[in-house]
Amino acid sequence: MLPPQGPPLRGVVFAQPVTGSLHGRDGSLAGATYLAGVSLETTDTPSKVKAAVRLTAPETPALVRHHRRNLGDPTYRVILTGLAVLLPLLMLAVAGQLAISAAPALKKFGFNFMFTTTWDPVAEVYGAAPMIFGTVVSSLLALLIAVPLSLGTAIFLTEFAPRWLRQPIGFLVELLAAVPSVVYGLWGVFVLIPLLRTVAVPPLRAVLGWTPFFKGVFYGNSMLAGGVILAIMIVPYIAAVSREVLLAVPSSQREAAMGLGATRWEAVWSAVLPYGRAGIMGAIMLGFGRALGETMAVTMLIGNRHDLGASLLQPAYTMAAAIANEFSEATTPMYLSALFAVGLVLFVITITINALARLLVWRVAKGAAVGSKAL
Amino acid sequence: MKRSGFWGLAAVLGLSAAPAAAQQVKLTGAGATFPNVIYQNWMLSYNQANPGVQLNYQSIGSGGGIRQFSDKTVDFGATDAPMTDSAIAAIQGNVLHIPTVLGAVVVTYNLPGVTQQLKFTPALIADIFLGKLTKWNDARITAVNGGLRLPDMDILVVHRSDGSGTSYIFTDYLSKISSEWKDKVGKGTSVNWPVGLGGRGNEGVAATVNQTPGAVGYVELAYARGNRLPYGQVQNRSGAFMNPTLEATTAAFAAAIPNMGPTTDFRVSITDPAAADAYPIASMTYLLLRKEYDDPAKAQALVKFVWWAETEGQAKAAPLGYAPLPAALRPWISDRLSSIMAGGQKVWTASAAR
Amino acid sequence: MSARAIRRRAKSAVMTAVVAALALLAVAPLVAIFADLVHKGATSIDWNFFLKSPVPAGESGGGVANAIVGSAIIVALACLVGMPIGVGAGLFLAEYGGGRLGWFVRFIADVMNGTPSIVVGISAWTWLVRPSGHFSALAGGAALAMLMIPMLARTTEEMVRLVPNSLREAALALGYPRWRTSLTVVTRTALGGIVTGALVAVARVAGETAPLLFTALGNLNFSTSIAEPMQTLSLQIYVYATGPFEEWHRLAWAAALVLMGMVLTLSLTARWVTRRRHDQ
Repeated sequence: MLPPQGPPLRGVVFAQPVTGSLHGRDGSLAGATYLAGVSLETTDTPSKVKAAVRLTAPETPALVRHHRRNLGDPTYRVILTGLAVLLPLLMLAVAGQLAISAAPALKKFGFNFMFTTTWDPVAEVYGAAPMIFGTVVSSLLALLIAVPLSLGTAIFLTEFAPRWLRQPIGFLVELLAAVPSVVYGLWGVFVLIPLLRTVAVPPLRAVLGWTPFFKGVFYGNSMLAGGVILAIMIVPYIAAVSREVLLAVPSSQREAAMGLGATRWEAVWSAVLPYGRAGIMGAIMLGFGRALGETMAVTMLIGNRHDLGASLLQPAYTMAAAIANEFSEATTPMYLSALFAVGLVLFVITITINALARLLVWRVAKGAAVGSKAL
Repeated sequence: MKRSGFWGLAAVLGLSAAPAAAQQVKLTGAGATFPNVIYQNWMLSYNQANPGVQLNYQSIGSGGGIRQFSDKTVDFGATDAPMTDSAIAAIQGNVLHIPTVLGAVVVTYNLPGVTQQLKFTPALIADIFLGKLTKWNDARITAVNGGLRLPDMDILVVHRSDGSGTSYIFTDYLSKISSEWKDKVGKGTSVNWPVGLGGRGNEGVAATVNQTPGAVGYVELAYARGNRLPYGQVQNRSGAFMNPTLEATTAAFAAAIPNMGPTTDFRVSITDPAAADAYPIASMTYLLLRKEYDDPAKAQALVKFVWWAETEGQAKAAPLGYAPLPAALRPWISDRLSSIMAGGQKVWTASAAR
Repeated sequence: MSARAIRRRAKSAVMTAVVAALALLAVAPLVAIFADLVHKGATSIDWNFFLKSPVPAGESGGGVANAIVGSAIIVALACLVGMPIGVGAGLFLAEYGGGRLGWFVRFIADVMNGTPSIVVGISAWTWLVRPSGHFSALAGGAALAMLMIPMLARTTEEMVRLVPNSLREAALALGYPRWRTSLTVVTRTALGGIVTGALVAVARVAGETAPLLFTALGNLNFSTSIAEPMQTLSLQIYVYATGPFEEWHRLAWAAALVLMGMVLTLSLTARWVTRRRHDQ
């Protein structure tokens, strides 16, 4: 007795009165009391399911006896709800605390705090512009390097790699996310920077030295070193999320393109990728958000200098690195408040980027905890 | 939720309760990286001889030491830069500056292929750190060094990124010998450096200079020696080019002693002294102790350790690259230590010491 | 075949090679890092390394015993606080997470996953260190717990949702109340996945350094007291890597190798647990 027109249903037939609950794929519930009938699993909305159930199993209240005094259920729900509500409360608490501690500095410097380029603890003048600039530029540089690598990896793993290669390469990419930031920093100081100095910078200088981006002396610890290490660190996030986005693309897209005579690559480029465009944008933004907040590896490689310059070869500073270096020793209350203000700016920027990224990714992958494996 | 979790909790709490039962006094201090080499040596060897006292020192920079000490998140602080009057007033004067050793700030550099020790005049140092001298083979540098051939490399300045007493000593010196520096930058634990790369702690500056050809930075002598970094001779006010030897560092201090008396609070600067045999960039480094502590056991253990450092510990200074304090200071230090109170009573008297 | 078709086929082949190359390039740094860790760190690992605490700066012969124990204690503290809240929130999202509150909590969890750990560190300092007057392992554990909670919530939710409804229905049909079904039947079935998520979260926070800078601070000595500052492997690596002494650099590589070993073991265990579930 299936409903005339409905979602694909799978079911178990049983003949006992039961109160059950049905889960839609998006986690919603549809409670229904039903007798003999079908237990339904469906990927569609609960209202359709409810309708399907009512069609197949008219309720007969007399035969249903489930009104036991049940304190366990409400208690359980209250406890779980309480624990869950702690998350937004925690975030609110962090945001509130940052705002309160930053208030003195923000009151004194106003909006100009974000645009002043001097950071002078002696004269008590604090401007976050060099740090904001350094954070954004190093993260953008990281994206520039990481996006081709990550998308290439994701496409390779989902479309082109032979089955035996997928697990190992996928695992290695996930492992990139597991390496602690400080280990990246250690490797960066002793291996990456000498490598950049000997192998990468001379040709870059030779070819692009006329641009303002590669002028000046190469200090080793520089915006370039910071950007490169960030790129390596965000590749796993962008790759993992992109991979899940691509896996969520229905195979009908691929098959349709191939059916029309497209080559493997053309199918990917013209049918699969555009379908996952929003999700991939989300993945890139997620990677951007991660790069913005990175602390240890960056502070060990970027040079720690409150300076705003075009050249990638010069030392720079990021918000996170500045807080890490100066927080323990801000000797005056205004200095400390200024650092909290920097923390607040960083918090707001990363929250915004992450929120946008999640919304984009959810549109494609329908609310799944995409990318949580890589985390 | 799960049984195993409960026992895990009990185990951890049990673990943490055990040391308390053993009556060990744990003291935490933080601050200057300048004396970190000798402080670590002192604290770990003192703990071996006195297992009942565990000393933890974190070298986070003098600025950090002053801040954490003022915030009361550590039992004692350490700084090369004495606290300012306003900072002392902010904690109601509840601080004693106790000098521990003398040290020298050296100008260290990384010039591959140059084996002869470089000489620096005050003007050269100021101009290098102001960013006015940008090449090692600049005529002015080679002239001071008797025409020595220097490589055609850029000068890469390395300074401190954290609040630093070593920076304070160095900028104090630069402010004295260069009016341009005094106007443009000034002295302090954290200044607006005109040029250069920031390294964290003496450790970070030494590491960066060591890894960057063409770099120049300022570090405490122990870090240059421990890392086999070359350092230059600095010309003092009398015109002599001085190495940061034990004698030269002690001589720098000698002129200051007559100006200090039994009631001194030890906050004196000994950079750019007039003496002919003095190294120009030297300084004392201080431990910050409170005049009044809450916990008598902790205060007593701390003061005993400090007195040990002022007496037996001084023997370790020279081998590690620091100069011991002149003996003339000892009675005054002992007076200060005797004045420390906890719970309304003195925690230590000089006669109690061996 | 027309010339055009040949061009298109060639382009497809070339692009296949390009994405393969990009994938290899993406994992190359990982291989390099591991190779360097083993090459530079393995020779420094001996019994002393695991059993002794640090010696004074510049001397040789020290170890990282205090850091290893410290890491274990702080991570254990983080789990104590973080797991009940994280797994509980995850269960909420899986069982009751259909409405607006569920959507909101899910969104917040995902957004919190991207919060810079340094911001969590300064919040923990403000709440735990400043008022209490000392740095402590507890404050460090709390900071790490704040990082673990959103991770655990999301992975737990995913794993519990994977449990087939037939199991739930069968339990309900047998007369189990909702809460008991959820706790004993569903959670037990999803336990493997939940443990996987927990292992991954532990692996992540074990390597954290930034939030510990102002909470656990660091300790030269061997200490197990949770109310005192504590050393961790990550802090130790940071101090040693940025220092000038050759000895310290050696120890930094070795400590990094040990830390990476721990993280790798946790990740591999997590994978192994999940793989077994898939087979079943």
